[in-house]
Amino acid sequence: MLNTGKEEKTEISRQVVLPFKKSLEISFQSIRVRFFRSMITTMSLVLAVSFLSFVRVGTDAANGLLATGDPELHQSLVNAGYDLEPGATATGSSAKERWIVILSLLVCVVGIINAQLMAVTERFREIGTIKCLGALDSFVLRLFVLEAGMQGLAGAGLGSLLGGVAALLSTLIRFGFPAWQHISWLAVGQSIGFATVIGCLLSLLGVLYPAMVAARMQPVEAMRVEQ
Amino acid sequence: MDMTELHNIVRVSGVTKVFTLKKHKVEALRGVDLEIRSGEYLSIMGPSGSGKSTLFNMIGGLDKPTSGKVFIDEVDIAQLDAYELAWLRCRKIGYIFQTFNLIQVMTALENVTLPMIFGGMHNDAAVQKGLELLDLVGLGERFRHKPSELSGGQQQRVAIARAMANDPAIILADEPTGNLDLSTGEEIIELLKRLSEEKGVTIISATHDFKMLSVSDRVVWIRDGRIDKVEEREQLSISVGEIAHRL
Ligand SMILES: Nc1ncnc2c1ncn2[C@@H]1O[C@H](COP(=O)(O)OP(=O)(O)O)[C@@H](O)[C@H]1O
Ligand SMILES: [Mg+2]
Repeated sequence: MLNTGKEEKTEISRQVVLPFKKSLEISFQSIRVRFFRSMITTMSLVLAVSFLSFVRVGTDAANGLLATGDPELHQSLVNAGYDLEPGATATGSSAKERWIVILSLLVCVVGIINAQLMAVTERFREIGTIKCLGALDSFVLRLFVLEAGMQGLAGAGLGSLLGGVAALLSTLIRFGFPAWQHISWLAVGQSIGFATVIGCLLSLLGVLYPAMVAARMQPVEAMRVEQ
Repeated sequence: MDMTELHNIVRVSGVTKVFTLKKHKVEALRGVDLEIRSGEYLSIMGPSGSGKSTLFNMIGGLDKPTSGKVFIDEVDIAQLDAYELAWLRCRKIGYIFQTFNLIQVMTALENVTLPMIFGGMHNDAAVQKGLELLDLVGLGERFRHKPSELSGGQQQRVAIARAMANDPAIILADEPTGNLDLSTGEEIIELLKRLSEEKGVTIISATHDFKMLSVSDRVVWIRDGRIDKVEEREQLSISVGEIAHRL
């Protein structure tokens, strides 16, 4: 009796696995099938990140103009509302602007947490089922994090491009062609990249708690919910 | 069959389960002892609320008893860590539910291959075997369909194929015909019986569907969280007669 117990024990220690490629496939499919829902989850991220990108690219453009040292351009910047010391060669976004950006990003994270908690609730049965099929907590966590990562990348990428393009167009309208002649395209690229990275991080931050709730759920709890 | 060859694949020993609700306690199981032989088709019969699903969850390692022990192949499942428990759920046991519980976003084939992926099988091999299993349950043509495009009976067939995916020793079914009409339910019962005979898998089915009686090797009658009586196949015809009489 004891002997058979031992044999079984060693056999049972064999591992369950979920290859990374397969997790990617499953997460991607999950987003695709729930496209509308994913879009809504991602929308606040797109907006917040495009705002961040808009502000940063706008600042890049202003810096480009300032760097010329042309007093006329300097004056038109002041007229456009930039707080500039006479003779300044660089500007940042104003404190007020920074606050609004940070607030919008915070609101966005809260929105993502909320949307992801709802997504988890909607998927209780699915989570319980895959746990019955042998999924570990870490598989569930990974699937949710991957989904959020992909949504984050898509949403933040789109948002930062939109914001960047909007900022470039608006500087073009306000300052004419010099705005584009003097701008540092490297800085613009960096700003867009920065906004994208921040957006991805926010998306991951927002999914962390909901994904942990999902992963820790016992299969019976998850399945009890009537759906 | 030679009885000495059969060992107890499941042993339930003094299992109780108490659910504590806000004010009062519900004793769903009040001390269940049960030995289930390898390869048998066992039905757990009882009225709604008698504790069948609770017992199903205990045997399947989906929930922990308040007291008592459940052994699968003489291993106390309370002693398993998370990895071993996941492995048990993946490889040793196949689950079938009243509500089918297919993953809605996946096709029939993907539903069937998922446990094989978890079990470490290579994707191509899993697809190959998934197609064979779907063929076996009569859905070979419909492997690309999503659950929402299948009827209840077809969904339950997919669920059965999925339960068979890793050649489990045990298939646990909780009211597998509960959401199906009479004839579809009969087909599902037939399918389970056929699989138990062809593959030698132990089938444990909680049900209050009397159609199950005719295919069962043994029936455990449960009432108010206790085993009322256990009947072997030979004794069954008598009670079936009685029931028929009562109806
Ligand atoms: N999670 C739970 N919390 C509280 N009571 C429960 C829970 N699950 C089951 N019960 C109670 O335990 C009893 C047995 O339930 P169950 O095992 O589902 O019965 P069956 O499957 O035979 O219909 C019922 O009285 C039910 O209300
Ligand atoms: Mg039940």
